[in-house]
Amino acid sequence: MKMSDTLHETYSALSANKVRSGLTILGIVIGISSVIAMVSIGTGASDRISSSIESLGSNLIQITPGAQRTQGFGASGGRGGAKTLTNDDAGAIATQVGNVQAVDSQVSGRYQITAKGTNTNTSVQGVTSAYPQIRNLEIAEGSFISDSQNDSAAKVAVLGPTTRDDLFGIDATGVVGQSIRIKGLEFKVIGISVAKGGSGFMNQDDMIYIPVKSAQRYFSGDQYLTTIAVQATSQGVMTQVQQDITDLLLARHKISDSTQADFSVLNQNDILGAASSVTTTLTYLLAAIGGISLLVGGIGIMNMMLTTVTERTKEIGLRKAIGAKRKDISTQFLAEAIALTMIGGVVGIALGWAISLAVNLTGLVTTSVSPVSVVIAFGVSALTGIIFGWYPARKAAAMNPIDALRYE
Amino acid sequence: MIEIKDITKSYGEGDAAFQALKGVTFTIEDGEFVAIMGPSGSGKSTLMHILGCLDTPTSGTYLLDGKDVSTFDDERLADIRKDKIGFVFQSFNLLPRTSVLRNVMLPLVYAGVGEKEREERATKALHAAGLTELHFQHKSNQISGGQIQRVAIARALVNDPTLILADEPTGNLDTKTGEIVLGTFQKLNKEHGRTVILITHEHDVAAHAERIITLRDGLIVSDSKKHARKHARHVHD
Ligand SMILES: Nc1ncnc2c1ncn2[C@@H]1O[C@H](COP(=O)(O)OP(=O)(O)OP(=O)(O)O)[C@@H](O)[C@H]1O
Ligand SMILES: [Mg+2]
Repeated sequence: MKMSDTLHETYSALSANKVRSGLTILGIVIGISSVIAMVSIGTGASDRISSSIESLGSNLIQITPGAQRTQGFGASGGRGGAKTLTNDDAGAIATQVGNVQAVDSQVSGRYQITAKGTNTNTSVQGVTSAYPQIRNLEIAEGSFISDSQNDSAAKVAVLGPTTRDDLFGIDATGVVGQSIRIKGLEFKVIGISVAKGGSGFMNQDDMIYIPVKSAQRYFSGDQYLTTIAVQATSQGVMTQVQQDITDLLLARHKISDSTQADFSVLNQNDILGAASSVTTTLTYLLAAIGGISLLVGGIGIMNMMLTTVTERTKEIGLRKAIGAKRKDISTQFLAEAIALTMIGGVVGIALGWAISLAVNLTGLVTTSVSPVSVVIAFGVSALTGIIFGWYPARKAAAMNPIDALRYE
Repeated sequence: MIEIKDITKSYGEGDAAFQALKGVTFTIEDGEFVAIMGPSGSGKSTLMHILGCLDTPTSGTYLLDGKDVSTFDDERLADIRKDKIGFVFQSFNLLPRTSVLRNVMLPLVYAGVGEKEREERATKALHAAGLTELHFQHKSNQISGGQIQRVAIARALVNDPTLILADEPTGNLDTKTGEIVLGTFQKLNKEHGRTVILITHEHDVAAHAERIITLRDGLIVSDSKKHARKHARHVHD
């Protein structure tokens, strides 16, 4: 039997029972589209988390006060947490630990801000001049905080673009030089940072930067820091620098048992690793959900094919009586099963893609459908047809023509 | 040429075994027109299935054109059916939802004949069975019972078989339509020299053949050779 004849038979068999074929295909469509959509959402989510962690800066080590946390996101700093890190600790790290590129001491808080009648509540970061380098921050207008402004605890502020929009209106110009009030104290705007396009945790666009000494003097009222950010000279020395900092601070804080440390030192790679293990698990979980629906779809194919084989017993008998061989019959039924799954696969890929685009439009997650997942989905759908069509096809082929002809 | 010797066929096993054929022996020469008669349950269909290579006997030998087909497996029997034998069944002859032309072409599809040639051959066979282009594209549920039987005859002819087997081909038809179908068989036998074996339990139908073999309880009770045959009155031309 020729290929074109097989296709002809397949088409007429499937179109003879459109509703049933359609419903069976629907099962595969749901399976394939959920695999595509789920994996793209999972990949998108993990890409987003990695990139937002990376945007915090490169070769970054963060020291935060409070007990060592084994895993998790210490990055946002222990606001209101223990007060154990001081300016002197930061100074000691800068001078006594090798392979350190830059050290930034930070005090963060969240205060009411007013400017020309508008007001907002946002994060205020007391930072040093090292901040832009460590955190990959660029200045769009004006300048960043200088060392002398920090030393003199000047009342100057650099605004994130979102904060600028909130206080002065969307894309307002001439903001540099104007004044804002933080908790009632007047600060002069000296610069605006470049938009980084982040959202969610550690959004650097919605932030006000002031000198760390100003933050300590006017807002926290003490000498403690909420974060010390250290940039190592290279990726390779991160572990060593992390260890040296731990040893130095333990010595300075006079703690002999490292499990009793009153601070935690987090390597950016630890954060990335922790986050990516979470997102990988999430992606697998989503893929598994998709896989289960694909399995259910495959069972639907098998069910339909077994019903079809039984219903068409006489037809099979007749075909065999007039010269069809086992192979002709099994090919025909296998072709039907594969056609169902392939159609389901193509529609499912399109639908999965559409779902992924729709999720993209919501702006929650930047999803991406990888060509690999499309190829795999298509392969899996064809394979589903072969696996679930094989048994019914074999059953049909093994039928005895007489039994078939006598079947009522 | 068909030579069968001591053919038996049993269904089931042990105590429940039932012998449908108890030792049947005969020879049918090429070009004969034979009717197989007998009461219901006498083993006619069982015999036809064996003659048609749809089934194998429990014991005995079956030489078809000198080859012992009683030992052939499923796949080789399929080849014999495809090359040498044309069937007309009592009912369920045509595939549903499939055009008359496609139904007739089907044996050629399985034989791997090219598209153009099989259409030509199917058209010729349909003409020989007395059908015109008018019906070629009709589905099997859009034509009459008599036409169905004639499409089935056309399909039985299309692979140019030497042997045509028909199991009660007129069983569902009225006398007049039955005569037309029988006339088609007579014409094929006489003008094209095909061996025709048809099963019936009606004497009137059997009278159209030259030879009548009568079965009872799985055994031959009479074999009347060279019978003066009755000509179908409503022969299609
Ligand atoms: N698959 C089977 N299993 C068991 N017994 C069978 C089977 N097929 C046929 N038989 C028995 O074999 C006997 C002969 O059956 P067969 O179909 O050959 O009869 P027949 O002469 O064609 O009858 P009819 O004129 O009613 O068609 C019957 O008694 C039937 O019950
Ligand atoms: Mg019968």
